[in-house]
Amino acid sequence: MKGRGAVDVRIEEVRFSYDGAPMFFETTIAADAITALIGPSGSGKSTLLNLVAGFETPTQGRILFAGRDFTSVAPSERPVSMIFQENNLFAHLDVGANVGLGRSPSLRLQRADRKDISAALERVGLAGKEKRLPRELSGGERQRVALARVLVRDRPVLLLDEAFASLGPSLRQDMLDLVRDLRRARDMTVLMVTHDPADALRIAEHTIFLEAGRIVASGDTATMLSDKAPKQVQRYLGGEIGGAGGEFARKGT
Amino acid sequence: MALRDEPLTGARRGAAEWAGLAALGFIVLLIGGAIVGMALEGVRDPSGAGAAFDSYLLRVVRFTLLQATLSTLVSVLPAIAVARALSRHGAFRGRGIMLRLFSVPLALPPIVAALGILALYGRAGLFADLAAATGLGQWPSIYGLSGILTAHAFFNIPLAARLLLQALDTIPADHWRLASQLGMSPWSTFRFIEWPAMRAALPGVAGLVFMLCVTSFTIVLTLGGGPAATTLEVAIYQALRFDFDPARALILTVLQLGLTISVVFLLARLGANMSGEASISISRRRHAGAGRMETLFNAAVLGLAFIFVGAPIAAVVTAGLEADLARLLGEAAVRSALLTSLLLALVAAVLCSVLTYALVSGRMRLESGRRSAPAGLLERALDGGTSLVLVVPPIIIGAGWFLLLRRFADAFALAPVMVASVNAVMAIPFAVRAIRPAHDSAFDRHDRLCRQLGIRGLSRLRLVDWPVMRRPLATGFAFAMALSIGDLGVIALFGSEEVQTLPYLLLSRMSSYRTADAAGIALILAVFCFLLIMLAERLGGERR
Repeated sequence: MKGRGAVDVRIEEVRFSYDGAPMFFETTIAADAITALIGPSGSGKSTLLNLVAGFETPTQGRILFAGRDFTSVAPSERPVSMIFQENNLFAHLDVGANVGLGRSPSLRLQRADRKDISAALERVGLAGKEKRLPRELSGGERQRVALARVLVRDRPVLLLDEAFASLGPSLRQDMLDLVRDLRRARDMTVLMVTHDPADALRIAEHTIFLEAGRIVASGDTATMLSDKAPKQVQRYLGGEIGGAGGEFARKGT
Repeated sequence: MALRDEPLTGARRGAAEWAGLAALGFIVLLIGGAIVGMALEGVRDPSGAGAAFDSYLLRVVRFTLLQATLSTLVSVLPAIAVARALSRHGAFRGRGIMLRLFSVPLALPPIVAALGILALYGRAGLFADLAAATGLGQWPSIYGLSGILTAHAFFNIPLAARLLLQALDTIPADHWRLASQLGMSPWSTFRFIEWPAMRAALPGVAGLVFMLCVTSFTIVLTLGGGPAATTLEVAIYQALRFDFDPARALILTVLQLGLTISVVFLLARLGANMSGEASISISRRRHAGAGRMETLFNAAVLGLAFIFVGAPIAAVVTAGLEADLARLLGEAAVRSALLTSLLLALVAAVLCSVLTYALVSGRMRLESGRRSAPAGLLERALDGGTSLVLVVPPIIIGAGWFLLLRRFADAFALAPVMVASVNAVMAIPFAVRAIRPAHDSAFDRHDRLCRQLGIRGLSRLRLVDWPVMRRPLATGFAFAMALSIGDLGVIALFGSEEVQTLPYLLLSRMSSYRTADAAGIALILAVFCFLLIMLAERLGGERR
């Protein structure tokens, strides 16, 4: 997928059923932008991400990247990288190998690859830590290693499944800022699931709101999370966010 | 739809399922072949099978059930007292040693234990000498029901005590605090707190012990001592090896199969864990202090249990050391039997690890593929395949194949194949305990990541699965090898002058009354088993 332009993701009348709960998704994720997915737990946020990543197959409908149908393509063959909340690294492999797997799944690395790995690690603030094992790193550092792997893998779409949810507030802001910078540098399309509207306000241009397996509302983040937001979103955000909306707006993007 | 699933499931995914299916096929073939062997025998000579029904048969069935019932009683009742004492005193000195000792019978081959019991309670044993020296007159013979019960209690008191202790460990700490706050007497504590916890586990524990005693072969063979104390399994062995009476062997086999199937069915309904517990629980929770009387009582219970379990082990060691070990190890027959045992156990352990891994990994892939949908037929079959051998005991498999093979070939020449494959399948339930938890948790952590990054096939094996599974596989391997090396089951049927394992040689020395030789061989065998079990526990322990 090298030398491509920005890639948009079209989710075309996708139907899926999880635990007997029917789901239906229809939307387009804008290219070269960050889109946040918010909604109550069980609303289908992670399922939508898994459908885009290819871990789940729709019972109906299509998933298109830059207009090409990828509905039945294996996860590793899609123009997508994904970061999970945990277990992004193999605990028995060192940092260099974990990042290197993004370049070669059989870990056959050339000298140039190793240079790229070092550069990627430097880019995420882990210069020279190739030989460390994941257990020697903090939670934030482990997610940085996963981001470094995204860089060497170089796919145009990045999916974040509550990737920073287990980090403390300031660490989380640092990671979000890093994602924003990397997105700009690489023209990536980012789709992130978060349970905290502050994450969306910080870096996401667009926000999609899900409820009970459907996309209920979407628009730019500033509108979606203000008091001009659709009723369902306001109900989800609740009284405290209604008041806090102004405060978030000040932080802005 | 198939087209759509294909790229998702990928080549590797299919491979694991096929491997699981192949492993299941092997087990089914092994058991199916035995059943075909029996069926052919029955078809060939239906009148013979009918004629085999006689009062002898009835007596054998009755004795099988009688000894299993009594063995269960003499194992489980003391175990209740022992487990309770261990649970009440969470931190006394020697508790660790006690629990370690209780894990020894699991590693000890039954034939070695039988020898230890003979060395203690036999006519030429320690107690007989004591009785003679103190003028108490003649010591009664240990052979028969008393010997069988003693040996079964030796194996199963520790097993039942450990399982019941686990049940006691599940009692929430708050209940203990509440009990001591309310000032409950030991009896009330037992009645309201300990007994309910143990009662829930008791049917499963008793069922497991009963099953082990119904299928107990070696103990009855070596300590039964005659036709008056014969169980179905031993009668099958005698019908095939001594009387050459296939018709009788067939009817006995069918009876035993019917018996084990009903017991397993009953056990499954009770929710018992049929492979027993391989790990020991060394909980050190401190409860409210026991009173003086209770402490004395518990000390007596634990002291007796310690002596009862420890003494036969000590007897094996001392009797073995008295034997001329150097001469024994120099003997060609001993050396070749040792070599055969090691070789067959090695093959069995490799086969067992491979089969177990294939079953476990095929099952897990199916489980993760279906998400929350109910388990499919194949997944349940792979799951059940791991414990199929519990329904069909090794002697039955051996007997069926013996009946089948003697039509086409020299059954004795095929001894190595039969011993290795049956022992491999026999050890699967134990290997599953070592391999499955590690495999399933690693699969949960790694599968999505591997699919995302496209790590498949050999790369996945080399970079992900092997480094993670190496230790658990080695644990399962060592357990399987220890079980196999000490087993006297199939080899009793198929053994001959040409193919002898160490337990087989031990049996033949015992039956020719070369007691010192037998004691020496038993010690050698025990040492090998122990080294393997220690290795398995070490590998398993460091993983955690």
